[in-house]
Amino acid sequence: FHTLSMLQVENVKLLDRYTNRKAANGTLYLTATHLIYVDASTDVRKETWILHHHIATVEKLPLTTAGYPLLIHCKNFRVAHFVIGQERDCHEVYTSLLKLSQPAKPEELYAFSYNPKVSKESREIGWKLIDLKVDYQRMGIPNDYWGLTDVNKDYEVCNTYPPEIVVPRAASKAVIIGSSRFRSRGRIPVLSYLYKENNAAICRCSQPLSGFSARCLEDEQMLQAIREANPRSPFMYVVDTRPKLNAMANRAAGKGYENEDNYDNIRFKFIGIENIHVMRSSLQKLLEVCEMKSPSMSDFLTGLENSGWLRHIKAVMDAGVFLAKAVKDEKASVLVHCSDGWDRTAQVCSLASLLLDPFYRTFKGFMVLIEKEWIAMGHKFSHRCGHLDGDPKEVSPVFTQFIECVWQLMQQFPCSFEFNEHFLLEIHDHVYSCQFGNFLGTCHKEREDLKIFEKTHSLWPFLLQKKQELSNPLYKGLTAYKELQPNTLPFSFQFWCGMYNRFDKGMHPKQCVMDYLLSCMSQKMKLEDEASELENKLSFLDGPSPSEGSSLSEVGHTTSKTPMLNTPQDYEGEPPPVLSSGASVGDVDVPSGVDQKHKENLSHHQDLQDLSDTAHVLDSEVKGRKPQHH
Amino acid sequence: MEFAELIKTPRADNVVLHRPFYLAVEGTLCLTGHHLIFSSRRHDNAEELWLLHSNIDSIEKRFVGSLGTIVIKCKDLRIIQLDIPGMEECLNIASSIEALSTLDSVTLMYPFFYRPMFEIIEDGWRSFLPDQEFELLSSVTDEWRLSCINKDFSVCPSYPPVVIVPKSIDDEALWKVAMFRHGSRFPVLSYYHKKNGMVMMRSSQPLTGTNGRRCKEDEKLINATLRPGKRGYIIDTRSLNVAQQARAKGGGFEQEAHYPQWRRIHKCIERFNILQESLIKLVEACNDQSHNMDRWLSKLEASNWLTHIKEILTAACLAAQCIDREGASVLVHGTEGTDSTLQVTSLAQIILDPRCRTIRGFESLVVREWLQAGHPFQQRCAQSAYSNSKQKWEAPVFLLFLDCVWQILRQFPCSFEFNERFLIMLFEHAYASQFGTFLGNNENERSKLKLPQKTMSLWSWVNSSEELIKFQNPLFEANSLVIWPSVAPQSLQLWEGVFLRWNRPSKFLDEAQEEMINIIKYNKQLQAKVNALRRQIAEMGTDDRM
Repeated sequence: FHTLSMLQVENVKLLDRYTNRKAANGTLYLTATHLIYVDASTDVRKETWILHHHIATVEKLPLTTAGYPLLIHCKNFRVAHFVIGQERDCHEVYTSLLKLSQPAKPEELYAFSYNPKVSKESREIGWKLIDLKVDYQRMGIPNDYWGLTDVNKDYEVCNTYPPEIVVPRAASKAVIIGSSRFRSRGRIPVLSYLYKENNAAICRCSQPLSGFSARCLEDEQMLQAIREANPRSPFMYVVDTRPKLNAMANRAAGKGYENEDNYDNIRFKFIGIENIHVMRSSLQKLLEVCEMKSPSMSDFLTGLENSGWLRHIKAVMDAGVFLAKAVKDEKASVLVHCSDGWDRTAQVCSLASLLLDPFYRTFKGFMVLIEKEWIAMGHKFSHRCGHLDGDPKEVSPVFTQFIECVWQLMQQFPCSFEFNEHFLLEIHDHVYSCQFGNFLGTCHKEREDLKIFEKTHSLWPFLLQKKQELSNPLYKGLTAYKELQPNTLPFSFQFWCGMYNRFDKGMHPKQCVMDYLLSCMSQKMKLEDEASELENKLSFLDGPSPSEGSSLSEVGHTTSKTPMLNTPQDYEGEPPPVLSSGASVGDVDVPSGVDQKHKENLSHHQDLQDLSDTAHVLDSEVKGRKPQHH
Repeated sequence: MEFAELIKTPRADNVVLHRPFYLAVEGTLCLTGHHLIFSSRRHDNAEELWLLHSNIDSIEKRFVGSLGTIVIKCKDLRIIQLDIPGMEECLNIASSIEALSTLDSVTLMYPFFYRPMFEIIEDGWRSFLPDQEFELLSSVTDEWRLSCINKDFSVCPSYPPVVIVPKSIDDEALWKVAMFRHGSRFPVLSYYHKKNGMVMMRSSQPLTGTNGRRCKEDEKLINATLRPGKRGYIIDTRSLNVAQQARAKGGGFEQEAHYPQWRRIHKCIERFNILQESLIKLVEACNDQSHNMDRWLSKLEASNWLTHIKEILTAACLAAQCIDREGASVLVHGTEGTDSTLQVTSLAQIILDPRCRTIRGFESLVVREWLQAGHPFQQRCAQSAYSNSKQKWEAPVFLLFLDCVWQILRQFPCSFEFNERFLIMLFEHAYASQFGTFLGNNENERSKLKLPQKTMSLWSWVNSSEELIKFQNPLFEANSLVIWPSVAPQSLQLWEGVFLRWNRPSKFLDEAQEEMINIIKYNKQLQAKVNALRRQIAEMGTDDRM
């Protein structure tokens, strides 16, 4: 990358905020896509790669004796603290990064220049991997009550919905259009998930434009149609995921919530998940806690409590559990909304689906779920993730919260997910990386206008290719667990160190059970192959077999469980002069998995042959399906 | 005393047992001298619950009409409820349980009555003798000797009969040092670090008092562990403030002037009622069924349990760091040297010494650093988190130690031969047991009670192959390295296996554990099969050639 580099600064220190060992010294490069830091002070070449799009903030701190500090906060919660020798260099890096991290135009996003050596065909096949129609078929749709409608094919009903939506067959076009005029941004009630066992459905929409007294016959008919699509249930729930006070305040602006008197047989309920601004500041507080230099236990727990983060996670989880219970236990359909129905509603509906249907806990299913409830239904990834230079008040960790809820479920149900924590982290990384087209823009129409299906690659084939390392060795298969009923007492929620302190390797367990089990799985395959080979050989063996079999070496060693050389932390607090000599002890730092990962990112530029292999694998998966997007 | 006198109603029918996450069961309740037994008496699916009276921490009774309800809270933190028809029966049973769970005399405890149902292969009372330990030591160094100065417990009542001290210090000097240390607990060897020959010693505080008394022999004793020109560290488990205050009561700490080769570091580890309160608050928080996240986090914080964990672990890491990284010898003490001192010395050994991470090695550690070192188990573990009667001496010192071990185990899941169940089992037996191991407060008391003759050792049972298998960690692979745990708050967790054990179903976590074992077991079988096949083919090859 020396040649690719746009800017190169020597003599840069990278401070490690966790250990008290001497800061690394090295060279910082800026390429078109990455900030790369090469540590020159160790024998082992150690590289740190930071994607420009991952950079959330860049700060210049006051001059220190070591030089000019530059503090970088990333959207994947990496914190990099550089110290640069010259002020001029520091300023140049600073201004370059500001520009590079948040481009002004979507065309400047990484996805439009990311060019793995993949054929045009496999790229197109990649986009067809996830077909939502197939998922509706899986739910048994179309059926007597539900059907796909093309009423939104030209985005006339709702420009933030996809062209194909599922509505009750009983709802006529007039009802749909009437209802859309009564719903914020035309986001009418549509089907999110149909629980085949009892016909109860989860539907989603935006808030009604009810103000203090307005009503709309078509909207009332729409809800009636949804309720009647579940003929055995005498009522349906309408769930407003906002706190009641927020919903009431909205009435003054001509919006609001459903009046139980106007709709037949609905049970209305507030759930009380806070809005995007509360969530944004909650995460900010959480990250401040995670970044504290050497906090006491009290500092940490008090900070964790004051951030409110786990309270919000629990609120989202509680809402998901409420929906799943209503559908499964009460056999009632549920209509969910918040304000616009693209943040809290997306969280809650996708979580409920995940609880109800084991398919969504597989690789493929989870991809479908994200495509369906988040991407297709117009969660504004571009704004919420701050892909472009825009309004910082639109940024909010709504999707991060969903990913965390899934992780919390994994802690309670370790055998029920096909994928592991790394899969969640990969997805979370790429929501911000803008390397793939999936999360660009704010809705389907915008992605069409940006031509992402023609110009960019889809994330999913890329992830499927890494399936082996992202899978959960403890997974017991689709049928082992059906619905999940998580415990939502507060003690069931843990702080997710692997996410928010992900790059502070010193805090993590030094031996990883998951990695060990994954290596067991690959060893298992090798052993099974060899066993059957040997058995074959034995059954046909009638002549002498020279030399073979004389060695009894083990096949495919599992990775050693011996941890990396680990080093003591600063246990002293305020080190007395004698102890400070501890720094002289030769601490060998083996390049960690973090840097490994980023080297992998590099590999997309250099060596992408193997990606085309996936495309072949995918061929079989999409065969016989109509392209969804064109 | 006859137990029968305490049992007015030995049996009650139509009792309903309530436990969290189980359906209520109806059955018969029986009281014996040492057990509360509940049997569902259903032929298809007979369920029995045996509860040691000594495991009962507190009981509450209430009545609705003539239906009585007894809530039993156990030292292992479980809570069960019994509905007993008939006011008189209920009152009788409640008062029997109360009396039987708070017997005064140790010799009435169950271990004196328990007859083992398993075959004893190895007498646990003889499994970990000081001589064996010294033999191991002598193979690597000749700078130490076994002293029998305490053979009849006359020098130090809380020390074992034999202790390991520097060779250059004779018994006469030890006598003098004993006079200078609180409770006569003179510095003795706790751990020898083979890698660099550095040692960890432990003792109680020196009795310097307000006028700065000194004892040349004491100085000589601990200096005997130093290499020429090297310094050592004294880790005082009290804050400087507390240590200074101790002088007023005749205690104190090593003055720089008299111990110029030693650097003192103060670490603040809490003791006694502060720890007991902490446990009570933590358990109360864990039992709170309210859905309020802020309340939970604030209660967890206010319990300070994890703060204590962090403090103890940090002090232990520091001791280990001094020995392994600084190449210095260490002396650890607090006030008496029977609580926080032992937490630090035993955890430091787990960090430094791979042997302590094996099952046998850990058992040996518990015997050496806790039982023989005179941790007063009987006082500390008399009551647990639910007790109303607050006595002065209870403290979950040993539980905190086990919790710290669990934290290290969680960070190094493949470096320990034992699993979490092993630690939980030790917690249970420290508080209530059929075995005599944890009875008494020191070796002196155990010898007077004739425990080795009259009771069964926990180790006899644990080390039987049938039991051992339950405590083995399938991920274990001997790791000879020093293991440095992280003590960052993000790295320390609530020990769910103990504190949430009865508050949530563990089905899904157990299944995961089982799955993990299966994966590893299957691979081992496959490997064996492949090896056998290869051998077979090789043999056929050589047969043919013959």
